[in-house]
Amino acid sequence: MLLETVIFYSAAVLAIGGAVMMIRQQNPVASVLYFIVSLVAQAILYVQLSALFVGALLIIIYAGAIMVLFLFVIMLLNLRGERFEGSQSKLGSGTKFILSIIFFIEIAFVIKQMVFAPGTEIQAGQLADNFGSVEMVATHLFREYLYPFELTSILLLVAIIGAVVIARREKTDTEREI
Amino acid sequence: MVPIAHYLILSALLFAIGTIGVVISRNLIIIFMAIELMLNAANLAIITFSRMNGNIDGHAFVFIVLTVAAAEAAVGLAIIIMIFRNKETINADKYNLLKR
Repeated sequence: MLLETVIFYSAAVLAIGGAVMMIRQQNPVASVLYFIVSLVAQAILYVQLSALFVGALLIIIYAGAIMVLFLFVIMLLNLRGERFEGSQSKLGSGTKFILSIIFFIEIAFVIKQMVFAPGTEIQAGQLADNFGSVEMVATHLFREYLYPFELTSILLLVAIIGAVVIARREKTDTEREI
Repeated sequence: MVPIAHYLILSALLFAIGTIGVVISRNLIIIFMAIELMLNAANLAIITFSRMNGNIDGHAFVFIVLTVAAAEAAVGLAIIIMIFRNKETINADKYNLLKR
């Protein structure tokens, strides 16, 4: 009982700290690494919510694949010496910050209204033993969500083709002659 | 058991940090990662509700959201590469082609 609380709060602090450090960095590589810290903490929270398979997917897909893609793009771009001070926006960053905090307070208020209402606590032992296991998620995914699952393959295909077409370098006239 | 509302508050907090990152940061890559963070915050909320109701549907949703995030990252990074090739910068304030 106590251990769960300790794990939750340390993972929550890691997730929030990683996210805050991510948006505060000037160097995008450090930003990616802090985001990975935040992702691992979120995966711990998933496991705590008995979503074992999805937690593993989060680490494999996000931290393993998408963030490495970010790192590769940062290396490709050669950003040495780029500066980001002197915003041209009409709103100062203080105003933007306060607006975002108000936004958070609104969400938190709605959650408080809905979730702190009586009778919404988790009943322990209510879940099946294999809740969130690979077997259960896969059975569900391939029975009830078969068509959406197949459609994601088309989505990924379109994304691959789109990425290649967008990022392809236009041939210059001299290259075309060769 | 940690109260379910704490997970939701954490998810809201992560989402708010994501919005702060999008509106404050001028670095295109960090803006893009903040969008990913917002997707992750939504995923955490979905998983929490799935646990709350003892219903596995949420896991399938999160699975599909992860796929969409991967596709979005691929296309978005391609756009960033293309735009960097044209403007030689990833400072979002320098992209004012439609303003002139």
